[in-house]
Amino acid sequence: MTNMPVLQLRNVDYSYSARSGVVPAVERLSLDIETGSFLSIVGPSGCGKSTLLRLLAGLLFPDRGEVLDDGQPVTGPNPRRGIVFQKPQLYPWLTVGKNVEFGPKMRGLPRVERKRLAEQYVEMVRLTEFAKSYPYELSGGMQQRAALARVLANDPKVLLMDEPFGALDALTREHLQDELREIWRSTGKTIVLVTHSVEEAVYLGTRVLVLSDRPARTLADIPVSFSTNGTRGLGREVKARPEFIKVREEVLRYVWT
Amino acid sequence: MPARLIGYRWLSLVGIAAVVLIWTVAAELQVVPELFLPHPRTVARTLMHITFTGYRGGTLPYHLAASMRRVLVGFLLALPTAVPLGLAMGYSRRVRAFFDPLIEFYRPLPPLAYYTLLIVWLGIGDESKVALLFLAAFPPLSISAMSGVASVPAERIQSALALGASRAQVFRHVIFPSCLPSIFTGMRVSIGFTYTTLVSSEIVAATSGVGWMVLDAGRFLRTDVIFAGIFVMGVTGLALDRVVRLLERRIVPWKGLVE
Repeated sequence: MTNMPVLQLRNVDYSYSARSGVVPAVERLSLDIETGSFLSIVGPSGCGKSTLLRLLAGLLFPDRGEVLDDGQPVTGPNPRRGIVFQKPQLYPWLTVGKNVEFGPKMRGLPRVERKRLAEQYVEMVRLTEFAKSYPYELSGGMQQRAALARVLANDPKVLLMDEPFGALDALTREHLQDELREIWRSTGKTIVLVTHSVEEAVYLGTRVLVLSDRPARTLADIPVSFSTNGTRGLGREVKARPEFIKVREEVLRYVWT
Repeated sequence: MPARLIGYRWLSLVGIAAVVLIWTVAAELQVVPELFLPHPRTVARTLMHITFTGYRGGTLPYHLAASMRRVLVGFLLALPTAVPLGLAMGYSRRVRAFFDPLIEFYRPLPPLAYYTLLIVWLGIGDESKVALLFLAAFPPLSISAMSGVASVPAERIQSALALGASRAQVFRHVIFPSCLPSIFTGMRVSIGFTYTTLVSSEIVAATSGVGWMVLDAGRFLRTDVIFAGIFVMGVTGLALDRVVRLLERRIVPWKGLVE
């Protein structure tokens, strides 16, 4: 694992027009995201953290400054940077297997190869027995796991996740956090996770970025390590440790100011 | 759940039976002259008569076939033209800016208003009738396809782009299937409106069709034929709608289950 940044923001300004006029959402933001790291982004709601993620994805473009992917300016969405939204956004006319196969199919991979990929990633998120089911036959948590598999089947360098567990019940959320942690460890992907759960950010991240209220600027940039020294299935236990609580409270203090 | 469904179906039957009962009693008691309200028995007999012997030179199946041919040809010509145009209007502001005013102008016009013009242009044969029904079928289809495009969630398109799909692939593999539920709603409205317009189209210079049969019977005060014709039209309309709904359930089973 190198320390080369895979994604970079350089002095990025971004504003959007609303009824009340031009709203600056991101101001003079610079950020290096290292290969293989897990960056959690927290901040008050409406602070522009989703905007930041969309800038990284190439769904929005900065007014000023640059967004770089491996040193190259980002010109639009790219399968190198997979996106998982809060809503799974699965295609309801395709089975889970076909949904996962979608990316490889669009990229023109041979049928045999993409079938193999679909099987592999459906299995990774433990949905093999639902491969032939349709998304609306699945629970919310299972749908989100399918969405994750669909993005992973493209073998992206970076996973951009916008509140992926925000719509799930608490228990499902904890399970999926552990699964995501496991996937991050086994695949070595770089993950950027926008969340409004400080606990989730601290538990999963190797680094927690706290953004200010609009326009988003960096309030704090805290290295954390609970994702690297815990073991699978210990989620609850890790979150109860005094050192975990201490970091969580530290981050919370920034969010509350 | 099934018990409740049966309960509702039973209620529907009771409603229908109540109307038939009131009708029968009113006819038996001669509340109004037979000419205004024929006895259900007479209507049933007339229905049998026109089915097998015919009305003014054609049996009921013959008239029904003539009407269905007009409706279906009009509708099936509109489907492959209105839907692609509607999709294009939803996808491109330019296409919408060009076509929208034209469609919006003629859409609220009563079909009879421009039907005479169609007859002048296309003659009194089936061509002008089919043209009228085509025009009636068109707007619900194009509008539903257009609004279908507008209501595709932005994130659904963005996720496809981020999965490596090109613009053309997004249109074919994401936008078009996303619009299908909306298009099916449009098809049901369209078939319904086309069928309503059918009677208008058979007012002028027709010698066949169930619409014509009912109008013609009106001129001879054959209320029994009118009743029988209306009954047949009602059942046929229901059947057409049922066919579209069956197709809908087969092709877009996810409709209403996903936002």
